[in-house]
Amino acid sequence: MKSKLVSMKDAIAAHVRDGDTVVIEGFTHLICFAAGHEIIRQRRKDLTICRLTPDLIYDQLIGAGCAKKLVFSWAGNPGAGSLHAFRRAVEQGTPPLEIEEYSHFGMVGRMSAGAAGLPFWPMKNYMGTDLPVANPLIKTVTCPYTGVELATVPALRPDVTIIHAQRADEQGNTQVWGLLGVQKEAAFASQRVIVVVEELVDESVIRADPNRTLIPGMIVDAVVVEPWGAHPSYAQGYYDRDNDFYVNWEPISRDPEKLTAYLDEFVHGVRDRAEYMAKQPGLKERLKAGTRMAAGVNYGF
Amino acid sequence: MTNYSPSEMMSAVAARELANGEVVFVGIGLPNLACNLARALQAPDLVLIYESGAVGAVPERLPVSIGDPSLVTGSLMVCSMADVFQLFLQNGKIEVGFLGGAQVDRYGNINTTVIGKYQKPKVRLPGSGGAAEIAIHAQRVLIISRLNPRAFPEQVDFLTSPGQRCKGKSRQELGMPGAGPVKVITDKGVLQSDPETGEMVLTAIYPDVAVEDVKSNVGWPLRVRDHLDLIAPPGAEELRLLREVLDPKKLYLG
Repeated sequence: MKSKLVSMKDAIAAHVRDGDTVVIEGFTHLICFAAGHEIIRQRRKDLTICRLTPDLIYDQLIGAGCAKKLVFSWAGNPGAGSLHAFRRAVEQGTPPLEIEEYSHFGMVGRMSAGAAGLPFWPMKNYMGTDLPVANPLIKTVTCPYTGVELATVPALRPDVTIIHAQRADEQGNTQVWGLLGVQKEAAFASQRVIVVVEELVDESVIRADPNRTLIPGMIVDAVVVEPWGAHPSYAQGYYDRDNDFYVNWEPISRDPEKLTAYLDEFVHGVRDRAEYMAKQPGLKERLKAGTRMAAGVNYGF
Repeated sequence: MTNYSPSEMMSAVAARELANGEVVFVGIGLPNLACNLARALQAPDLVLIYESGAVGAVPERLPVSIGDPSLVTGSLMVCSMADVFQLFLQNGKIEVGFLGGAQVDRYGNINTTVIGKYQKPKVRLPGSGGAAEIAIHAQRVLIISRLNPRAFPEQVDFLTSPGQRCKGKSRQELGMPGAGPVKVITDKGVLQSDPETGEMVLTAIYPDVAVEDVKSNVGWPLRVRDHLDLIAPPGAEELRLLREVLDPKKLYLG
């Protein structure tokens, strides 16, 4: 079988187009900043970007002018403050940004529906809240068995989903451990899938521990090997979250000039993730994960 | 002058609400301190569940974010967020949920979405996250919030997470499974929901706090229960754990 291995540059060039609906998932863990940066470097426009927590990477995409619309459920800088590029867009319209807002459960439901090939997802939710007023796509349906009214959210079918993971083989059979977020649902919901990994492994490594596979190669279009590609997010067992970076983002994000200067230096000013890492000596030593191995299991029969 | 800070008092009061063996949906910040304080004292078998998917977490460091890697290491289970919201929360397995917010109103409704109008907000806040569904499904909810008149308006600007009455309707009428916010733990005292009316009523006060001081920081005519409980300040062991073990860098206690 033909390898799906490509560079980040080629993966984004081939699979992320102007006007696309794009998901870069990962809940705190495994957020692919390297892919976000490449989208900014290639100056994609009019994207509809969807994530539960926009996090710093979508603040950067908004600040860089790549986004037309944001679909989300919690837009803050976790543990540190606000996403100011997002807030400027919503509070002052600079630049204009459409928003479509849910709760976490609502976003999970949207991705679950997309992944299951259903038009919507039912849930017991939103009664009494203003969320369905703010977002008319949150509707209700009457259960045909009990007569109970349930909330519904529409399926999300992204054009492209980008998943960061610890390891995959060159067909894109992808293994993840630690927090799993909604990566599996986001990948299955998507028309195209890019997997970005810390480490490329042989198919035999995947086959030795199939329960750890989150995403099968059959739904993957491109595999990118990009060590440290999630920084300042983290990869369990590889490197820790760079909490200092999240704290330091607050003043950068608050000032549009500083934000532009950051993007000029750390995104447009480098060719790829390796150059990004080379600009930050001492980072790897500071964040490298400690060791806490799990014992294997017997898959014999 | 007290020898403890308002954050320390709030963390200690919240921790005392938790019984051993309970299943708690933990938020970051003071709820996280409160849960780990309870685990170190009266509730060693408290089950901490984080919306990021860590179940039975035993964080060895204070998690800065709700998806900190230390929540995974040594936990009982790590599951997808679909599992967290469907199998645990919607299915009624969460006994206690902690919430906070920029605004808390007379009926314990919470706003974490916008100050001002939704379409043209004065301040855009982060939004619901998992708060709306926690408020609906957790068997009971504890709110932690510092008192001031802007944070405690008669009615929230935007109803993100439902309290005891939403726009004139009770939780029962709206079909909400959980009991909703039963207590609001503030920096001056504790409000409790009135079982009849759903209104938040002052039922307990901290040492050296005047009732008037609480009333003047609330944006509606606050009812005061006839018999007010006096809450004991944090003890030496509570303060030692909070300061030396749980938050030595004063990330949340500052």
